[in-house]
Amino acid sequence: MTEKGQTSIGTEERVLMCGNEALAEAAILAGCDAYFGYPITPQNEIPAYMSRRMPEEGRVFVQSESELAAINMVFGASATGKRAMTSSSSPGISLMQEGISYLAGAELPAVVVNVMRGGPGLGNIAPSQSDYFQATRGGGHGDYRTIVFGPSSVQEMADCMSLAFELADKYRMTAMILADGFLGQMMEPVVLKKRPSPELPPKDWALTGAKDREQNIVRSLWLGEGVLEDLNFKLDDKYKQIQKNEVLCEQYEVDDAEIIVVAYGIAARIVSGAVTRAREEGIKVGWIRPVTLWPFPTEQISKAADEFRLFLTVEMSTGQMVEDVKLAVAGKAPVVFYGRPGGGVPTVDEILDKIRQLTIRHKTQDSRLKTQDKR
Amino acid sequence: MTANGLYEEIIIAGFGGQGIMLTGKLLAQTAMQAGKEVTYMPSYGAEVRGGTANCMVIISETKIACPVVAKPDSLIVMNKASLNKFGPRLKNHGLLIMNSSLIDTEPQLDETIEIISIPADELAVELGSQKSANMAALGAYLQKRAYLTADQAGQALPNVLAKRYHKTLPLNIKALQCGAEFTKSCCKV
Repeated sequence: MTEKGQTSIGTEERVLMCGNEALAEAAILAGCDAYFGYPITPQNEIPAYMSRRMPEEGRVFVQSESELAAINMVFGASATGKRAMTSSSSPGISLMQEGISYLAGAELPAVVVNVMRGGPGLGNIAPSQSDYFQATRGGGHGDYRTIVFGPSSVQEMADCMSLAFELADKYRMTAMILADGFLGQMMEPVVLKKRPSPELPPKDWALTGAKDREQNIVRSLWLGEGVLEDLNFKLDDKYKQIQKNEVLCEQYEVDDAEIIVVAYGIAARIVSGAVTRAREEGIKVGWIRPVTLWPFPTEQISKAADEFRLFLTVEMSTGQMVEDVKLAVAGKAPVVFYGRPGGGVPTVDEILDKIRQLTIRHKTQDSRLKTQDKR
Repeated sequence: MTANGLYEEIIIAGFGGQGIMLTGKLLAQTAMQAGKEVTYMPSYGAEVRGGTANCMVIISETKIACPVVAKPDSLIVMNKASLNKFGPRLKNHGLLIMNSSLIDTEPQLDETIEIISIPADELAVELGSQKSANMAALGAYLQKRAYLTADQAGQALPNVLAKRYHKTLPLNIKALQCGAEFTKSCCKV
């Protein structure tokens, strides 16, 4: 499949690759030691690619017997201090939630890729963004978070990968890439090269054999009085640090905008097409694209809401991220939603129409406010 | 086309086995090698097996926002079902390349749409294998649109064709050129 492009990997040259394969190669460049996974559409190119490339690099590839096994293999490999990852699509990620919760409890780094498809249940295999709640709220049981990236291009699929491994190690927690079937399958030119890695804390907690040192214990069961509460507060401190330091977000033409469209992932690409056309029609509209979905760019959106504007959230679901937008806007401005669930992909025309309708409504509201002022 | 120059949205469609995905990838690869921005989106999963296969390609001088093609500027259809499905989506003043070897009806489309009706399967059989019909159709398209050449596509082909099929390179390159020649001979202006 990608036997051809290999010579260009690691250089500045552009290679035409699908999102799944670009992400897989980026994981290898990021120093992923072990991949464990079980096949499911639309992310099968990831295990397929890894099954060929990981042995070539002398690293570990295991096709597990189930998603439960895969995430627990990640737990095991990570406990030894190695960089480990798994990938799946929505139904498979649901099966992994127990393991992700255990990883959080044991403070183990891990990278999990979810190439979302339509749900609930087995749903379908079409692209969707309906796992936002699951990804950004933790997903499994217990008081925990995962870092979540929402890439919107093949290049960003690759770029998020090294950052995911880095932050997972830095904070000893799970970092998730939340992509969708569209991003996994589509091909775009991508430059794949090794990112210089910053200094990371040593993995002195890892199970590497206790010869000449105290034994390390990795576990998520804490029965002692107050022990778990302390851990929960420790995790919470960590999460606050992350919310302060690791937010990534992109903004376009926000300054003079009367309408701001908020979208992530592939939906943000479609939105940017619609916004460009709306600007050509003279409509003052911009967009904000969260790149990290958790930590969410609450501050950036809150700041944008300080002036009276309309917010439109576009998602491929019946409305999940819109709740975070509303929390960020905090009642300062109206937030409306447009979504296509179950594998439906909104078109540029649909979103453009929505923006046009909002312009009319916005003008009416504006004049109503002015009349009120006069009174 | 926009103020920024080339912007072309293409849908390529046929049935599974006609090399639809390869055709799309080749078009995208050729454009990328020529320094253009490209996106390629295949239909995937259950839809591919046995039924219709299609892919969307966008080629642009500038960064591509939305990779989804709703209304293509150009449509390459290799069988009748694909013509019926995607024909009505073609933009006015668009371009239709249709494989007349497998499509026996006149398409009922807007009169501003230009149609190149190429017997791609017959041409490919004459060259040695029906399998390169997709290349003939692509060659016809490239000649008509003229922002890339069939020769450039031939040069890009080894980069998208799996190595085990590289023995078919000369035949496929010939089919690309043959398609281009067909357009030249039928569309004298």
